[in-house]
Amino acid sequence: MSAREDVLGRIRQALGPDRTAPAEVARDYRHSDGRPAGDPGLLDLLVDRVEDYRASVLRCGPGEVAGTVAAALDQGMGAGWAPGDVVVAPGLPEEWRPPGSDVDDDRPPVQLADRSAAVTAVAVAIAETGTLVLDGSPACGRRALSLLPDCLVCVVRTDQVVGSVPEALARLDPLRPLTMVSGPSATSDIELQRVEGVHGPRTLMVVLVA
Amino acid sequence: MRVALFATCLVDTLTPSVARATATLLERLGHEVVVPRDQACCGQMHVNTGYRREAVPIIANHVRAFAGAEAIVAPSGSCVASIHHQQADVARRAGEHRLADDATELAGRTYELSQFLVDVLGITDVGAYYPHRVTYHPTCHSLRLLRVGDRPLQLLRAVRGLELVELPGAEQCCGFGGTFAVKNADTSTAMLTDKMANVLGTHAEVCTAGDASCLMHIGGGLSRLRAGTRTVHLAEILASTEDAVTPDQQTKPAVTA
Amino acid sequence: MTAVHLGMPALPTAPRGVGHLRGDESFPAAARSALRDGQLRANLGHATTTIRDKRARVVDELPDWAELREAGRALKAATMARLDDHLEELERQVTARGGTVHWARDANEANEIVTRLVQATGASEVVKVKSMATQEIGLNEALEAVGLDVFETDLAELIVQLGEDKPSHILVPAIHKNRAEIREIFARTIPGVDPGLTDDPRQLAMAARAHLRERFLRARVAVSGANFGIADTGTLAVVESEGNGRMCLTLPETLITVMGIEKVVPTWQDLEVFLQLLPRSSTGERMNPYTSTWAGVTPGDGPQEFHLVLLDNGRTAVLADEVGREALHCIRCSACLNVCPVYERAGGHSYGSVYPGPIGAILSPQLTGVEDNASLPYASSLCGACYDVCPVAIDIPKILVHLRAEHVEAQQRVTPEAAAFRALSTAMSRPWLWHLTQRASRLGRLIARGRPTLPNALPPPISGWTRSRDLPTPPTSTFVESWTREHGR
Repeated sequence: MSAREDVLGRIRQALGPDRTAPAEVARDYRHSDGRPAGDPGLLDLLVDRVEDYRASVLRCGPGEVAGTVAAALDQGMGAGWAPGDVVVAPGLPEEWRPPGSDVDDDRPPVQLADRSAAVTAVAVAIAETGTLVLDGSPACGRRALSLLPDCLVCVVRTDQVVGSVPEALARLDPLRPLTMVSGPSATSDIELQRVEGVHGPRTLMVVLVA
Repeated sequence: MRVALFATCLVDTLTPSVARATATLLERLGHEVVVPRDQACCGQMHVNTGYRREAVPIIANHVRAFAGAEAIVAPSGSCVASIHHQQADVARRAGEHRLADDATELAGRTYELSQFLVDVLGITDVGAYYPHRVTYHPTCHSLRLLRVGDRPLQLLRAVRGLELVELPGAEQCCGFGGTFAVKNADTSTAMLTDKMANVLGTHAEVCTAGDASCLMHIGGGLSRLRAGTRTVHLAEILASTEDAVTPDQQTKPAVTA
Repeated sequence: MTAVHLGMPALPTAPRGVGHLRGDESFPAAARSALRDGQLRANLGHATTTIRDKRARVVDELPDWAELREAGRALKAATMARLDDHLEELERQVTARGGTVHWARDANEANEIVTRLVQATGASEVVKVKSMATQEIGLNEALEAVGLDVFETDLAELIVQLGEDKPSHILVPAIHKNRAEIREIFARTIPGVDPGLTDDPRQLAMAARAHLRERFLRARVAVSGANFGIADTGTLAVVESEGNGRMCLTLPETLITVMGIEKVVPTWQDLEVFLQLLPRSSTGERMNPYTSTWAGVTPGDGPQEFHLVLLDNGRTAVLADEVGREALHCIRCSACLNVCPVYERAGGHSYGSVYPGPIGAILSPQLTGVEDNASLPYASSLCGACYDVCPVAIDIPKILVHLRAEHVEAQQRVTPEAAAFRALSTAMSRPWLWHLTQRASRLGRLIARGRPTLPNALPPPISGWTRSRDLPTPPTSTFVESWTREHGR
């Protein structure tokens, strides 16, 4: 008998022929924050929660994105960065990109480690937990893009900001490779104290576009 | 009300003054106390050590001894928790469905002392007088299985002359755990040491709790260290009045002469 | 036990001689040594107190914690009731998205499968994401035995690997080490480390980053575990903090994921419950820094070859126990370790298994068969703190008590303890005999010789008590006796 048949057979034996039907699962928890996506209260909550992870948030209007992304890069890397050090997701709107920045292509992913910063969009942001979700779409880029450069700038539109985890998951496609980002890379491995900055980007900047 | 008193095997055998205080208190509050002579044990020690089959006849004896009682009160969170959460399960597993039903029914009328006073009788001031500095240790089974919450504290706050001091790390186990205290004596002692450090840090004269077993453990440790703090069961404090400071408080294993 | 088990062979438990589920000594013996390590006690006390407070804060923040916890419990129970169906669905979905699914009856089979898959790539080294399942089966040793280099990439795992130590906590395997000890390990073992390295946790994390960076970039094969495997979409999820997980899940050409069969959840929607329960319970954060999910292979993004190894290794034997099967609901948050007064003092190594603490005390003995870990169910004072914090409401004390009984009932011979408990049972169920027994306890008054407490030096098992606590001298009369005398009934 194959291992597959054997393991499945063991499960059936363990549960017995008269196994109890699973009880209905009561989902009595909150399915929504109650506020619509982009509600001003949610935006404030997101900023508060993201900053609690020691990430920084810059807010701007729709026409000011490129300038604000540049300001975020100034803050994240220090002034004097070269546009060529910044790599952006291929689907990032032209008007958001720092002029002269490198656009990710199908180069071997490890080559992205040579870049100092990456700029991407997000698929959804969760206010309550301060989480940004990237879904591998052209605007978010492939997973390596938001991983290897040491500074990550994520541009969030207000209509992408939902209150709670259930609202966010309902908006996402589980077949895409998803990355949920809550602050910069961090560890609690030394004395269970949180320290920001290990293998992933050590600096996370969020540009929130109203 | 006619109250049947379940002394519990440990109190009955080793610290009878706790049961006596419980009876004195209930009578002072105007209730009739009966003490079924055939009572022995709830079976908890057997169940928790792995002897659930052997616990069945003990549970049967308990159910027989208290059959027909209007309300049953015990000065122990742990034993009452076992009556509420274990007896019926153990009986049912052994195929004793009738016993399981009877045990469930009896559990519905069985109360830990502080719950009985506050929830059933609706009183927090029992008219006690106890002029001592006291700290309260919430025993694990009172706290987490019976959820007695702050009922014992409500009762203690109403005692005249009593100065209540908060116990740091109060909700941490004292390390008793029944046969755990013997099977894992070293770990149990390490837990006890930290509990005693917290008790002694309060500079209380008396450490009280709702379980004589945990108090025997804490008190036994304090006594071994020749610490001045003694352990006194909640029932003994509540039974004390100006006229009768409970004469003979046995849960203190008093500093050895 | 249901009738179905009669006549059926018992389901196999995790095999001996492989993996890390069994200790060299019993819990009391191991704890005795650990308790003498003052530094260990201080480190554990500091770390567990820190995390307990953080957890309490973020759990209190959610108004619907109780409802989430109940949903988590119910989801796990419902999943187990149809585990076979969910696993078959997971297999179908993963396969449909370009992954390959393998089944492993036990640790040996899983190790063989992974070794074969790694060797087929021609790679000579493997990077690993922290995973309990691969620790459980001793995968590193199996890979090293065929000459492969294995690099643990989680900071705490790295500390343990470099220090030639053993993990002592599910979430923070190096919890028993403080920052000064970690600095010492890094200074001694990392080639080319900055000689001016201090014990600042940030500097230590940076040293680990520098040490592992190049390995991530050159790695061709990664091995991971999985926190969740979602049946209806074939999506796998790994929850982590440092980004080492993302490195392993993203950069290599080949990804091999080893997942215990109990980690399957039926639907994508179920993740909304567990992604709220897990981070708050484990690191005390509203959300962990990184959660990665993937379904099979995505062209142009991440590993182009994906293998999922589904591991039994005793889990079906656990499932067969109607009381004990709840242990399979565990989502490995380690909240129960952090609140356990026994764990806080004895430390993780005392449990002898990769699963320490309260959950380990119910999981390890069930995976191995209770007789191979017979002291673990007794390694608890049954205080119940673990049950209160468990995000999926596993009634750990109840299962501990159940396993104690399984152990007692497995004995072929009558132990002195069993004889004593049987005798006591006989006495406690016959009032006249009980009263005689109580009277006999008064013999203690003879050895007390008028003192209020018994002597310290008494024979076992009473010595277990009297070595560190006084025992009061039995009174002259029981309460029931004197009451009956006074009241005549």
